[in-house]
Amino acid sequence: MSSQVPIATGRSSTGIPTGKLAVWWVIASEIVIFGGLIACYLLYRFRFDHWSGFAGKTDTLAGAFNTLVLLTSSLFVVLAHQAAQRKDTKDAFKYLWLTIGGGFIFLIVKAYEYTSKILHGYTFTTDNFWSFYYTATGLHGFHVVAGMVIMAIISFDVRKGNNLHRVENIGIYWHFVDLVWIFLFPLLYIAK
Amino acid sequence: MANLSSSEALSHSDSGHDTHHEKMSFWSKYVFSTDHKVIGMQYLFTGMFMALIGGFMVYAFRMQLAFPGEAVPGFGNVSAGAYNALVTNHGTIMIFWVAMPVLIAALGNFLIPLMIGCDDMVFPKINRLSYQIFLLSALVLIASFFVPGGPFGGAWTAYPPLSAQAKFNLTPLGAPMWVIAVALEFVAFLLGGINFITTTMNARAKGMKMYDIPIIVWMIVIASILFMASVGPLMAGAIMLLFDQTLSTNFFNPEYGGDPVLWQHLFWFFGHPEVYVVLLPAMGIVAEVITVFARKKLFAYKTVLYTTFATGVISFFVWAHHQFISGIDPRMANVFTITTLLISVPIAEMLFVYIATLYGGSIQFKTPMLFALAFLAEFLIGGVTGIHLGASGTDIYFHDTYFVLAHFHYTFVPIAIIAVFAAIYYWFPKMFGRMMNEFWGKVHFWGTVIPFNFIFIPLFMLGMAGQHRRIYNYNHFPDLATPELQNLRIIATVALVIMLLFQIPFLVNFFVSMFKGKKAEANPWKANTLEWTAPSPPPHGNFKVFPEVYRPPYEYSVPGRKEDYWPQDSKD
Amino acid sequence: MLTHFIENASSFGQDIDSLFSLITILAGFWFILAELILFYFIFRFRRKKEEPAKYVTGEKKSEMKWIKIPHHLILVCDVAIVIGAIFVWVKVKQDTPPIDEEIRVIGQQWAWSFVQPGPDGLLDTADDISTVDKLHIKVDTTYRFHLESVDVVHSFSVPVFRLKQDAVPGRTISGWFKATKEGEFDIQCAEMCGLGHGVMAARIFIQSEEKHNEWMTASASRTNSTQLLATTPSQKNKTKQKQNG
Repeated sequence: MSSQVPIATGRSSTGIPTGKLAVWWVIASEIVIFGGLIACYLLYRFRFDHWSGFAGKTDTLAGAFNTLVLLTSSLFVVLAHQAAQRKDTKDAFKYLWLTIGGGFIFLIVKAYEYTSKILHGYTFTTDNFWSFYYTATGLHGFHVVAGMVIMAIISFDVRKGNNLHRVENIGIYWHFVDLVWIFLFPLLYIAK
Repeated sequence: MANLSSSEALSHSDSGHDTHHEKMSFWSKYVFSTDHKVIGMQYLFTGMFMALIGGFMVYAFRMQLAFPGEAVPGFGNVSAGAYNALVTNHGTIMIFWVAMPVLIAALGNFLIPLMIGCDDMVFPKINRLSYQIFLLSALVLIASFFVPGGPFGGAWTAYPPLSAQAKFNLTPLGAPMWVIAVALEFVAFLLGGINFITTTMNARAKGMKMYDIPIIVWMIVIASILFMASVGPLMAGAIMLLFDQTLSTNFFNPEYGGDPVLWQHLFWFFGHPEVYVVLLPAMGIVAEVITVFARKKLFAYKTVLYTTFATGVISFFVWAHHQFISGIDPRMANVFTITTLLISVPIAEMLFVYIATLYGGSIQFKTPMLFALAFLAEFLIGGVTGIHLGASGTDIYFHDTYFVLAHFHYTFVPIAIIAVFAAIYYWFPKMFGRMMNEFWGKVHFWGTVIPFNFIFIPLFMLGMAGQHRRIYNYNHFPDLATPELQNLRIIATVALVIMLLFQIPFLVNFFVSMFKGKKAEANPWKANTLEWTAPSPPPHGNFKVFPEVYRPPYEYSVPGRKEDYWPQDSKD
Repeated sequence: MLTHFIENASSFGQDIDSLFSLITILAGFWFILAELILFYFIFRFRRKKEEPAKYVTGEKKSEMKWIKIPHHLILVCDVAIVIGAIFVWVKVKQDTPPIDEEIRVIGQQWAWSFVQPGPDGLLDTADDISTVDKLHIKVDTTYRFHLESVDVVHSFSVPVFRLKQDAVPGRTISGWFKATKEGEFDIQCAEMCGLGHGVMAARIFIQSEEKHNEWMTASASRTNSTQLLATTPSQKNKTKQKQNG
């Protein structure tokens, strides 16, 4: 009984499906979390000139490559959504896993970046710049991992033809994760 | 929508929930249930349990203040460290583990689906997860009382560097556990809030338009949005503080370029809207109760909504009035004085609307009504004394004195104690299907409200005499160690003990009525809102036939009708 | 009104007390009015069999005026309070009158250290007089204080002066006061600063110029016998921010 979906979930007084509405509210709450972190970073950034020197030490090329990877994976998730809309479960499954693959490449590059930074002596506690660098990219990476896990769970459901609307919901979330990176990349890598 | 509701009714009667219900084991029915009513009760009982802990703490430290240095019966000696830990955790518990879970989570969970006429929250499993995270957060906080080094004692505001570095706070485990507990609690309420907002937006009964939603549902939803919009930066701040504590980063460490005042901004950017997060549901309770027991339509429903929106928006621009003397640019204080005094306008207006609602009523003094009226009378004191603190000039003197303490207890006690009691006495028949005892309810009312004033009026006077907060023994301060001031402290403590003792009749009344009380009918108060059309207590799935809504919620004493109430779902 | 509870010993204390009275009178008026109406309604409209409740929507113009008029009147009161508050704030915290003496106040867990110029009248010279938990000042003299903290956030509060300012580690925050009355009063720490917050008490001794000078000669002869508990943070801190101009 408790596993049964309540009637409330199927209602839609606003006309927007409930799942999609909830994803938007999740994103709203995430925006203020990342917004708070980025605002703190900027407050310090304007105060300390020596941070631009540290920003020069970040791997802009790896960051740019990762931006490209995330944007491509966002394209895949759009294709997955289109496939789900035409009820092509096989294609949707394929594109979801391509998106997850994009996430994997992103994380591998991230791991390489972290390793080389730590080997160069820029650890978590070297300076507040690096604390922000690891905290912000780490929190973003955590969201990437979460998105990948949810997508993997959804993908098997989708292959069976169930809950196809969830492809769009995870897609919205994935775009958001992408968007956060679009903010982090110039702030941590490019601006010197 | 029309097709939907008829198919809803079909599928619902098909499922035959009533027979199903009885087969469930105790665990799946009460512990791992996804039913919104059970989860609401879980929040309520957890909140009540935490209130007992918070109440015991206040007993211990008030006794220490009245009789410094003497062993407190049932607690022992209150050392400086124990005193700091007691006041810190009293504040944290009462706001995050009593006011929030009871006003937002318990009432929101129990009432929203019933009042908007659906069977459950839209995401019942996320709802259950929200409670489980909340319970975990409470357990982490309680566990922090027993770790080596003791619980965190750096005030509920947790200003770094004191909170960030163990060499300053001397609680290497208690401080990070406190931060983890608070952060987990935030996650629980973010999940719960998403449920409240989406449920109200999407799962309303057929015909329920924006202005047909009961005020308390509006208030809980707006409070959830306020919470969501304000807690984000503090969430980020909590992560940074936790890293400072455990991984020795230097986000807030001035020795390495960190800024301790940044935390104060993050904290109060959340902390001030948080006041309205708990105030709004309390105002909602009062709106429901006074309309029913005065048999009156709410005066200017839309004005109440607009003032609520205005309050919500302005509440994001007042936070620095907590930091006038904290070293921020003094010119900023002028801006925040203006915004702070501006927020007095919508709040005063809201109170005027409530008082105007009583005009021309037919007031019946049942226990919930007494508590609701006491809320109005007492909250006014909290409101007007806030102006002394919002005005930068007088705040120079009053900041961190007992005047502040008395002021916000005159807001938080009416919110989290008096309004909550109004809600419990009012919705108890719906929650448990039985009535609470009126006589003991009134005993409890007078025994709570009268001592309450005798606690905090002396504390106002102590604040005006310049007594600062969070000091375990005033004998170290010759100007404050006078017998006159000590007498005020003793009066406050005696009144507190009396108030705490008068909670015993409430607890007895509550639990005895739960099992032995007079059986309640579906609509014992003759109220209009949809929850009263469901049986008392509502079964799993709430309604036999889902209600349709034909009118706004407060149509009492409409001229030309035989009955003095007009339920939202009755066709004629 | 405040002097009933605590005496005033500073030049700007009177302004804060007047502002307190202004707010108390304005807010008190609304408070009493609201309570009187509330209790009158509760009494007048108690349930009576012969008198059913009225149906008032509160949305007609003639009804809304009962909310609208107080709304505008409160706004007027707020403006008066804002003007008073900003006037007092600017005088105490933003403007600085001509300074006679400078002192340094240092908070640390859990004591107050005070540094004031010795006989040469200059701060940060060899003959500075350092005291712990005792601040000796002259009456009718305008002091500029430089507030620092060695460890956590403290708050320097002298209730009889109506003066309070947080001491933030890494910053030097300046302010001023002028005592108008001789006597001996409490200094409290007004920000939770850890285990010993409750014992972080100090005393301020306000004396006439002659008596103060006697004390100074006596202390100067014991030069450096009272050591500071810690180095002045302003001497070692590179990232200090000036506050209050």
